[in-house]
Amino acid sequence: MTLHTPHVDWFGLSPVFALIAASFLALLCAVLVPRALRRAAAFALSVAGFTAGIVLSVWLYVDSANGHTIAAGAFSRDRWTALGQIILCGVGLATTLVAVEHVPGWGRAADRARRDDHDAEFFALLLASGAGMAFFVGAANLMTLFLSLEWFSIALYVMCAIDYDLERSLEAGLKYLIVGSFGAAALLFGSALVYGATGTISFHGIAAAIGSRGLAGDTFVVTGIALIVAGLGFKMSAAPFHMWTPDVYEGAPTTVTAWMSSATKVAALLLAFRLMTTAFPHDSHLWGWAFAIVATASLAIGNLAALVQRNVKRILAYSSISHAGFMLIGLSAGSALGGRALMYYLIPYSAMAFGSFAVVAARERELGVPVTLENLAGFGWERPFLGVAMWFFMFGFAGLPLGGGFVGKFYVFAAAYRHGWVWLVIVGVLATLVSLYYYLGIVRAMYMRPSEELQVRPGGGVAVTGGAPARETLLHLAVGAALVVSFGSLFAVQPLIDLARHATGALPF
Amino acid sequence: MNASSLTSILILLPIAGALVIWLLPLSRYATGSLAVLFSLAEVGFWIEQVARFDFSGSGVQMAERANWFGDLGVSYHVGVYGFSLWLVGLTVVAMAACTGYGFWVGRDRPRAYFGLMLLLTGATVGVFVAQDLLVFYAFFEAMLIPLYVLIGVWGGARRMEATIKFVIYTMAGSLLMLAAIVVYGLQAGTFDLVGGPASASRWLFLGFMVAFVIKAPLFPFHGWLPDAYREAPPEVSAVLSGVIAKAGLYGMLRIAIAKFPEPTSFYRTSVLALAAAALVYGSLLAFRSPDFRGVVAYSSLAQSGLIALGLFAGRDLGFDGAVLQMVAHGLISTSLFLIAGAVERRTTTGEFRLLGGMARGRPALATLLMTVGVVSLAVPGSASFAGEFLILAGVFQRAWWWSAIGAGAIVLAAMYMLRLISAVLHEARGSTVVEEALDLRPGELALVVPLVAALLALSVWPAGISHHSFFGRSPVAAVRSQFR
Repeated sequence: MTLHTPHVDWFGLSPVFALIAASFLALLCAVLVPRALRRAAAFALSVAGFTAGIVLSVWLYVDSANGHTIAAGAFSRDRWTALGQIILCGVGLATTLVAVEHVPGWGRAADRARRDDHDAEFFALLLASGAGMAFFVGAANLMTLFLSLEWFSIALYVMCAIDYDLERSLEAGLKYLIVGSFGAAALLFGSALVYGATGTISFHGIAAAIGSRGLAGDTFVVTGIALIVAGLGFKMSAAPFHMWTPDVYEGAPTTVTAWMSSATKVAALLLAFRLMTTAFPHDSHLWGWAFAIVATASLAIGNLAALVQRNVKRILAYSSISHAGFMLIGLSAGSALGGRALMYYLIPYSAMAFGSFAVVAARERELGVPVTLENLAGFGWERPFLGVAMWFFMFGFAGLPLGGGFVGKFYVFAAAYRHGWVWLVIVGVLATLVSLYYYLGIVRAMYMRPSEELQVRPGGGVAVTGGAPARETLLHLAVGAALVVSFGSLFAVQPLIDLARHATGALPF
Repeated sequence: MNASSLTSILILLPIAGALVIWLLPLSRYATGSLAVLFSLAEVGFWIEQVARFDFSGSGVQMAERANWFGDLGVSYHVGVYGFSLWLVGLTVVAMAACTGYGFWVGRDRPRAYFGLMLLLTGATVGVFVAQDLLVFYAFFEAMLIPLYVLIGVWGGARRMEATIKFVIYTMAGSLLMLAAIVVYGLQAGTFDLVGGPASASRWLFLGFMVAFVIKAPLFPFHGWLPDAYREAPPEVSAVLSGVIAKAGLYGMLRIAIAKFPEPTSFYRTSVLALAAAALVYGSLLAFRSPDFRGVVAYSSLAQSGLIALGLFAGRDLGFDGAVLQMVAHGLISTSLFLIAGAVERRTTTGEFRLLGGMARGRPALATLLMTVGVVSLAVPGSASFAGEFLILAGVFQRAWWWSAIGAGAIVLAAMYMLRLISAVLHEARGSTVVEEALDLRPGELALVVPLVAALLALSVWPAGISHHSFFGRSPVAAVRSQFR
């Protein structure tokens, strides 16, 4: 018996390797680098890792015009993967910039020494979860899909609980762990059923088996698809698999929330689109309807529940649920236009989601208490740049033509209409209308409170720098980048759509 | 300078001005001066555009087109027609006066304030020149962003309720319009307004109309209007009723009527009924309103109804009169709100029971309010007389009772306007009117007098607008050709 080792296209995997190598090095920092330099060293490694990831995935994008699978059919080297990795690494870089001033929790000046203890570990986990996601978006069989899902999930569980002496953070980590494991189990069970029915784990192989053996209506396949939809639904925090989202987003350190809310969603949605269109094209009506219903539920629950929240992180968590709903509209259309819509939507969405949580992180650090609509009063006038940025993100989220969110919504509506689902367009429109109330609520809180309230200085909390707002240069840089991306995507629609079109070209349509 | 780039300049100049003001840390005085300078430059560019406009030519002029995203057929396409030219003129003139008013009263947080005013100017001009549905929608929505903040930050005590109501109402309409735009554009394969085909879909027509009747507003959709007009700062109320409301009416003309001929005639009677209801109901409410701004606000509702009556009459005279009346009423209500602001600054209130006798010793205020009031109640010889006469003559050709209703409402207009004039200027001196309260200052005169002068010029030569709005002999033919 000879053992055949497959030929591996190392370059195709290079963004993942860059991230994972940086992660290992950052972990070594934790023991080898003196404490004084530790944070700087880990930060530099993280920047280097994500930058290398961006460079390599851009290179891969250019060089992978003809998509194919590599490493014995385990991983797809194509433009869909590469564009997803570019977005992920961009968000990772921005997270790194915010994290260096916010490692990893908020406002405990007394605990600086403690927090320094796991600076390097934080960056190592960030890089590791980034590597997992970068692998996840390119997964080409059910095995790599599940492994990479667990890979980034485990890193995220730890990151949520990294403020281990804060009850809230521990609770977030535990909740995410339990619910996330449940989702992963559903996904695994679904994969097993699909494998049982088709006898293969490769996405292309599944489609071929279903096609050639007429398994489209097979009970195992249908149940398997349902369970996979549920499992991925947990990761993209779409209703009714969303119940962990508000608690975890609220409890986790805000930097981690920013990373999760944009990157996890990018990874889960892109992979879901690839999996469904590649492996289950024969059941497209089935998963199309399933995702359309999930989208409707997410839009309804996300927007209605956000209306009654006072905590800004919870509002943004529900907003992220509702945006999962919008993007799922594009996914449920299951067409090339839907793919373009999804890919385009993710670009301004991830920028706005990241940016808004980063602004919340800045306020939280200033106050030392969770940010609510009440203590956001006057923020817009006190911190003009961050205020304008938040104003911008909120209007952009609401779909007003201030940023690419507007065009993204337009595209997913167009995809739904082309699919013949006018009702889904109407649902989306109504959801947008409801969402205005709480997005404008945040703007109102920042700018329009009566002036006597504006005078109130944040009290009770321990501001890290003691009073005056901290000079968070890197955070400003990251928020500025998010602004540029979300604003620029309104004007550069054609180039971005071209990128998305080429990416979608890698999928079988 | 290329004539067709003038259109884009009119959009981009104020937006660039807003960015300059936001980025440069100038003093209050410098910021205000710069903003006024930008809005005056805007007026200058508009005059240049009028001078270069070929009134005998047909189709869209000074058009510019660039690809925005091609796979769905969306492009940045702007250009002007005769009637959009006049509405752009109304916008830039009214916005210049209102920006100047903000400078005169010294609004707090000047950089934010003036930046938003300029942004609003650019967005509103964009609505009137957009020739692509998505561009139109983007500007239509973009108007909302500065308005929301302007009312919410610089408004009166109950501004929160007012802004929420305003935004939810208008967004409800415009999001339905977005759905209609998606459907129309994908069916047609293009979002271009000039090249796009006519549609016979009644649902799409209704989707567009709901946005426009809320913005205008017409009768049962005016719930946001009284609060917004009362709580906004006076110059923003002036913009709202003078200019923004016209965007809804313009949309009816440019999109609903031109692109949906069959649904227009199907729903004609219903829309005419709504318009007539707005006219009568608005006039009655204006007559019963206890304060200055309430009268002007409800009279705007009435005037929107009248203009919609003219538009949906579907006759030559009605179209001509509607465009003339849009401009005339825009100037009237802008001046009235600015005068209301001046009165409120002197007496702290606009309530009639606390006002009165302001004419004594304040000749400029009395003269201006009197002049605008008289023009507004459509005294023969005034611009709004010409406009209302054309509208009524147009709708008379549809059926005589529409113009009977309209003529009755003009009587009501005389009643509420004379009531306003006497309650503010005459009668016994109100408890809040102190002897020392000054007449209009030169700064205020410099803002209101040009508006009134424009109004008088229009009264002298209403044909300047009513004969120069639609190419060709007949507006109906121009509409039927979808303005191609």
